[in-house]
Amino acid sequence: MNPMGGFTAQFAAAFLITVSLGLVSGSLGTVMGLLLAMSKSSPASRFKAVVTAYTTVVRGVPELLIILLIYFGGTIFASKVAGRYVEVNAFTAGVIALTVVFGGYATEVFRGAIAAVPAGQTEAAKSLGLNAWQRWAFVIGPQMLRLALPAYGNLWISLFKDTALVSIVGLTDIMRVAFVGAGSLRAPLTFYLAASSLYLSLTTITLLSIRLAERRYPALGR
Amino acid sequence: MNLSLMFDAMIVLPSGIVLTLTLTVLSLTAGFLLAVPLAFARAFGRPSLSLGVLAYTYVIRGTPMLVQLFLLYYGLGQIEAVRASVFWLVLRDPFWCALLAFSLNCAAHTTEILCRGLLSVPKGVVEAAAALGLKRLQIARLVTFPIAFRISLPAYGNEVVGMIKGSSLASTVTLLEITGMARQLVSSTFAPYEIFIVAGAIYLALTTLAVKATQFLERRLSIDGHPTRRRKVRFRPGLPRHRTTTPVP
Repeated sequence: MNPMGGFTAQFAAAFLITVSLGLVSGSLGTVMGLLLAMSKSSPASRFKAVVTAYTTVVRGVPELLIILLIYFGGTIFASKVAGRYVEVNAFTAGVIALTVVFGGYATEVFRGAIAAVPAGQTEAAKSLGLNAWQRWAFVIGPQMLRLALPAYGNLWISLFKDTALVSIVGLTDIMRVAFVGAGSLRAPLTFYLAASSLYLSLTTITLLSIRLAERRYPALGR
Repeated sequence: MNLSLMFDAMIVLPSGIVLTLTLTVLSLTAGFLLAVPLAFARAFGRPSLSLGVLAYTYVIRGTPMLVQLFLLYYGLGQIEAVRASVFWLVLRDPFWCALLAFSLNCAAHTTEILCRGLLSVPKGVVEAAAALGLKRLQIARLVTFPIAFRISLPAYGNEVVGMIKGSSLASTVTLLEITGMARQLVSSTFAPYEIFIVAGAIYLALTTLAVKATQFLERRLSIDGHPTRRRKVRFRPGLPRHRTTTPVP
């Protein structure tokens, strides 16, 4: 007998939701982190203080609080804009919240990696006549990404773990299905163990892909 | 933005700080005490022992803390033996449940942090200690651990911050720490911006304080480069007590 009744199919659907939530917010967060790190690293940056404030706040406040703020605050904001009661979709709120969190951490990781690329590289690229975009794309970028890879990989692992928090605002991800199933079949142990094994497989896959990427793209010149 | 609501929140929410800090400090302490032997086992133990510890840290670090918390809070009651035992009196209470989950989680993270520190202690130092005739326990206590602790202090600071932030999960098992109070307040006033922003500011203050404290400890314990200036203890010969009398002209 299947101890989880009809919940196996729900778990499969929830797994996809968790994965897509992670992938979407991770990708958006990466883009955000790259842009902010570049703007923070350029010597004549006007937003340096703003970016620093952003990363400090995001890294010092619980993820759960950010998710709650964006979900409930977003509902009020959307209702005000639309002029009637609009509830923000939990998935959208989750994507926004996790992107904000991931972007904050990624900014710091990339900024550290950019600082670790020797200054001589930029100077050499300048003396070769490369413009700013070419310098980022061909000289600093590739070296910086390799340096950032281990820390960046850890961010993905914590991101997949943080997706579980979005279940608190009602997204039917793995955690939510486990919660509902545990309540309705009165078998919390089975359901939460199943959920943890799903999360564990997710983080294991992430870890293995990072290890593979690290082996494929080791840091240059060390 | 409603400023008077924010002001109300500023008065109400700090009463949750005590619970947040209690949970954080207790789980950090329990986690650290568990982590020290586990880190030694993981770093220098027999392969089977080391793998066992790795399995523990891997599973704990690979699953969300929320799942672990729910597993303990809702799941343990399902086992008849637990319900019958004396532990049930403790585990029935959400506070102890949360504390147990946080401590186990913290122990896993701290173990890995300390293990990395232990493995990066220079071999020569340990050999020198052995050559001086120190026993294994003495080497671990006097040489390896202090050096490893200094190496892992920055990473441990991150863990402290992570624990302060992680304690917000206690609100999901009905505990009224800062996040729990904020959620309760939001459900009665429905002013999420004002109240969650105040709660976030309190957390930010706590984490900033933790970061500063870690940095202070790092500077205090650092041994490379600038040795800490100690008060000079040296023998001062007593000055002759007798007054030199100048001859009156």
